[in-house]
Amino acid sequence: MLILECPYCGVKAEETELSPGHEAHLKRFGPGSSDEDFESYMFARKNPKGVHFERWRHSYGCGKWFLAARCTATLEVFGTYPAQTSEPPPDIVARIKARRPEWEGYK
Amino acid sequence: MSTRLARGGRLIDRSRAVDFTFNGKRMRGFAGDTLAAALLANDQMLVGRSFKYHRPRGIVAAGAEEPNALVQLGTGSRSEPNQRTTTTELFAGLAAASQNHWPSLEFDVGAVNAAASRFLPAGFYYKTFLQPRAAWKPLFEPVIRRSAGLGRPPEEPDADRYEQAYAFCDLLVVGGGIAGLQAALSASASGQKVMLLEQTPHWGGRAPVDDVLIDGRPAADWVADTVAALEAAPNVTLRTRCMAAGVYDHGYVLAEERVADHTPGDGRPKKRLWRIRAGKVITATGAIERPLPFAGNDIPGVMLASAVRDYLVNWAVSPGDRVVIVTNNDDAYRTAIAVHRAGLTVPAVLDARAEANGALPEEVRSLGIPVLTNRAVAKVKGGKRVTGVTVCAQAGEGAVLDSFDCDAVAMSGGWSPVVHLWSHCGGKLIWDEAQAAFRPDPARPPITHDGSAMVAVAGSANGELLSADVLADAIRAVGGEGEAPRAQSPEEAPTEPVWIMPQGAPPALRSKMWLDYQNDVKVSDVQLAAREGYESVEHTKRYTTLGMATDQGKLSNINGLAVLAGSLNAPIPAVGTTTFRPPYTPVTLGALVGEARGEIFQPLRRTPMHDWHEAHGAYWEPVGLWRRPYCYSRPGESHSDAVAREVTNARTKLGLLDASTLGKILVKGPDAGRFLDMLYTNVMSSLPVGRCRYGLMCNENGFLMDDGVVVRLSEDSWLCHTTSGGADRIHAHMEDWLQCEWWDWQGYTANLTEQFAQVAIVGPNARLLLEKLGGMDVSKEALPFMHWAEGTIAGIPARVFRISFSGELSYEVAVPAGQGLAFWQACLEAGAEFGLMPYGTEALHVMRAEKGFIMIGDETDGTVVPQDLNLGWAISKKKADFIGKRGMERTFLSSPDRWKLVGLETLDGSVLPDGAIAPAAGSNANGQRNTQGRVTSTYWSPTLKKGIAMGLVHRGTDRMGEVIEFPKIWGGVVQARIVDPGFYDKAGEKQDV
Amino acid sequence: MSEAVSALGNASFEGFATVRELGPMGMITLRARHDLPALTKALQKVLKAELPERRRIVSAGEVRVGWMSPDELLILLPHADVTARVAALTKALGTAHALVTDVSDARCLFAIEGERAAEVLMKLAPVDLAALEPGELRRTRVAQVAAAFWAEEGGFRLVAFRSVAAYVMGLLAHSAQPGSELFPA
Repeated sequence: MLILECPYCGVKAEETELSPGHEAHLKRFGPGSSDEDFESYMFARKNPKGVHFERWRHSYGCGKWFLAARCTATLEVFGTYPAQTSEPPPDIVARIKARRPEWEGYK
Repeated sequence: MSTRLARGGRLIDRSRAVDFTFNGKRMRGFAGDTLAAALLANDQMLVGRSFKYHRPRGIVAAGAEEPNALVQLGTGSRSEPNQRTTTTELFAGLAAASQNHWPSLEFDVGAVNAAASRFLPAGFYYKTFLQPRAAWKPLFEPVIRRSAGLGRPPEEPDADRYEQAYAFCDLLVVGGGIAGLQAALSASASGQKVMLLEQTPHWGGRAPVDDVLIDGRPAADWVADTVAALEAAPNVTLRTRCMAAGVYDHGYVLAEERVADHTPGDGRPKKRLWRIRAGKVITATGAIERPLPFAGNDIPGVMLASAVRDYLVNWAVSPGDRVVIVTNNDDAYRTAIAVHRAGLTVPAVLDARAEANGALPEEVRSLGIPVLTNRAVAKVKGGKRVTGVTVCAQAGEGAVLDSFDCDAVAMSGGWSPVVHLWSHCGGKLIWDEAQAAFRPDPARPPITHDGSAMVAVAGSANGELLSADVLADAIRAVGGEGEAPRAQSPEEAPTEPVWIMPQGAPPALRSKMWLDYQNDVKVSDVQLAAREGYESVEHTKRYTTLGMATDQGKLSNINGLAVLAGSLNAPIPAVGTTTFRPPYTPVTLGALVGEARGEIFQPLRRTPMHDWHEAHGAYWEPVGLWRRPYCYSRPGESHSDAVAREVTNARTKLGLLDASTLGKILVKGPDAGRFLDMLYTNVMSSLPVGRCRYGLMCNENGFLMDDGVVVRLSEDSWLCHTTSGGADRIHAHMEDWLQCEWWDWQGYTANLTEQFAQVAIVGPNARLLLEKLGGMDVSKEALPFMHWAEGTIAGIPARVFRISFSGELSYEVAVPAGQGLAFWQACLEAGAEFGLMPYGTEALHVMRAEKGFIMIGDETDGTVVPQDLNLGWAISKKKADFIGKRGMERTFLSSPDRWKLVGLETLDGSVLPDGAIAPAAGSNANGQRNTQGRVTSTYWSPTLKKGIAMGLVHRGTDRMGEVIEFPKIWGGVVQARIVDPGFYDKAGEKQDV
Repeated sequence: MSEAVSALGNASFEGFATVRELGPMGMITLRARHDLPALTKALQKVLKAELPERRRIVSAGEVRVGWMSPDELLILLPHADVTARVAALTKALGTAHALVTDVSDARCLFAIEGERAAEVLMKLAPVDLAALEPGELRRTRVAQVAAAFWAEEGGFRLVAFRSVAAYVMGLLAHSAQPGSELFPA
């Protein structure tokens, strides 16, 4: 059972205090978008064995959504950060690269 | 025979006799006994029958690894199956019964299986019962169920209490032997918060039994001093009777504490499940002795050598007057010494090795005990009890060279480190050739959140079998400093692997060599599996059931995979082990359930009027975690009678509904209107203050997910009503979009669902009641339909919404929850003269269905767009965007071929079956009949005196007047005409008066 | 005019710790960014209270102000004062983007008291009670429902939703059963 630190309230919350919310940094495609873009937004989810970015909500705590970068194979957590970002912050990216030199980067 | 010795027994208190029963027979033991020790002291070696062949089985081990001696413990509401006698502490009045035999333990009919054992080979389930298939249910399964199986599940509710608790520490040490004690001691000096768990009631593990000296004193003294030091340390918590069951992600460990197993009925919880979060885990879980595979190694009286020693030293129990020892290592010689010291006889030590010249064998020789090398057990003699052994050369094929009379055999095949906890979360193993054992590979540990090692291993769990090495390893494991205490124990010569005894044993012997006692798997079964092509250890395990019993193969796994490797002519590490999974030993369901039983099984949400409903005949309907009254039955009234009465009364006079469960979410801010326009399919920003509007909410797919009335409270605030089950979900949905997509929009939400009790006052007399209660002008002019007002009614602050889900004149009144019951009672009192009756959710449903109103979850199922329900009028054409707009633009969602909501009226007036599906001509690609529609809501309408229904029908709105057929559950069909779903007051005149 | 009633009518349980349902207690939810200058001023003016630091609860006389999230405070105060304080806070915040609303009746409040009060919570919440700092307000779950608690003189106060008050009372009573102490005396 994972522990993730909520970047808003600082609680190192165990998984039962959190709700999962699928892949992070999705770009919304609304009216007028192509079928391909809409399909990728709605249905095409990454499912890597390795570095992954996810949404979590501190639902039994401060109620805020945050994002987590972790390894789906080893469960190593590279960091958590606020949801109001459109891509992983540089310090998290640097930490991942240090720990996973073979990582091909975000996107 | 086995018996209690006159002297000794380090764990028993001879001044306290304890009476208990086994199979109804009265027996006596001492305080400090395990049930197994007490049974042996009463010469009860035979304790059960094996799973498949019903062979007589006795006690083999003295700890958690015991495969045979499982009993049904207790009776009635304290009955538990499959309890290990070796870990069960004796208490006064304990009642144990043997399992898996019929009609009695001594005489068992199922033992004919043993005679037929060649018809029950490996994989017999798969082979025997393939054909004829029809015979499985009536014939094979009942026979197998009768002959196999262990204890009986209890039939009465559990009388005991259970609980869980959370614990946090920097370091969790599992195992209270000398390794665990030393690791905890070293770690405590660094100021870390340390927890130390021991599964038995005693500290020290094997060292006090095995004559180890630490710093020149008996190990027991060092153990006592160390425990005292740890108990005095403020940063250390110690817990005995606490078994670490599993290690999980990020240092999460589950442990089961047996709080009152041995003191039943004393008011304490029987068991407690600890949910521990540890920065790091040290497993000091010791090692388990392996049996030796020789013919007849399952006959009662054949025991692990270490167990024989434990019974002698710890409980002063002799398993027999004459004990033959058979071994492939030096350690078992300690047992010969212990037997001799107890004044009993060792006819011989049979050592499979070519030489035995270490300190321990020499000491045994000096005691006058014959030590025979290159010797093996050819066969154990006896049925329900060992009577002797025949001896052969280990190197040969079993030709008998000698024989000894004896009543017990102590066997030792070497030691296997307990690697379970290390392995649970991904720790890998390496094969240690010298000790013929798998041990943890320090280079590949399980890792935790920061990528560092989560588990380290100390002591014999790490393959260190000599006490001096154990203590040094414990200090190393915690990264501690300083000299280890000096432990003294004799040097030991290497173990020589013996996987079959004798190595050239013919089939007749191999088919009597047990690997897995509990599941009755023999050497010949694993060899057969190999011959049949099973190469993977995981497949062989499932095919033969090796290691799949309740003991999870603690004794059998290594021997089994070694035999498999031998049959495949592959090295043991290439064959590998099966996966170790939690729990280490079985955890009782009660502990996993914890407090969640009875009244607090799950949170039951109560409205402020809940107790009133309960006291007035409410028949409850679960709605989410809420309970809502389905109807209020009067004496002699069926539920359907009550529903009909409640509907008719609301339609003709006055009804009262507890609507407190409706979701109520406040949305406020400069961008609140804009936000709600994105959330709802229709426009909410244009709603004037003081007005109400029905709205639909879709997900991004365009599928309808919730509906409700939105209220404009002020210039910048709206109150959104959601469905009863939907409040938390919709609140979370709102927060998701506000936080993660439109985080620059200024809008705040607050879930006020529980702040208000809400009461629907419904029926032609509704206005009369409110006027009588007094305080607000609720006339048609002052408060028109779909308006709201704030004020005080009956002296209670209230918001009154003129909305209707029934089609009648209706007001929904929201008051503070703390005054909800008072308001409800005021209504009942004042409403008597207007014919007021409370009504439940079923009457609500009937009335909304009569009106053709949809219900989320009935008319919707996550694949329905509003247009399917003819709710296109509630979808804005003007808005450039809203959640779900792009989704519903997809061609298949706007196709005329969709199933559309219609009313269904049976030709004979009967009620359509709920969920009925209308077949269509032809069949689909899977050969199933085509369908053309289904019933989504169906009720008896007391207003219209006939069955009414709504359903989704292929192109339904174009097929008005057409008759289609629905099959009934028990045969036959009902014909129904497709009609408009507005069955009652289509024009809506009644609600707008 | 009827009197407001708490969810359980001040039920109590005596075990190895004492559990009491309190209330009715006045509670106000205030949502606003905490860096809003108007917020600090409004708290001082209306409640004479300071803005709490992250995860803290501060007191000012009979009033408590708790940090619930980066844009939410929970204010506890005498029930009779709620309506006036909601109005005063709303006025003091003026045109600033904020939400002030009465939630007194949406919640229930418990006291868990006695030397072993922490052991009751240790059985229900995935929280390291030993690491709970003075004045820390911890939002978490107790068994299957959301709750928030903090230490007060003699034990703890715990806030949960009103509809599950009986469930929470059941949890606390089960966990405080005599004989189920977690540690030796």
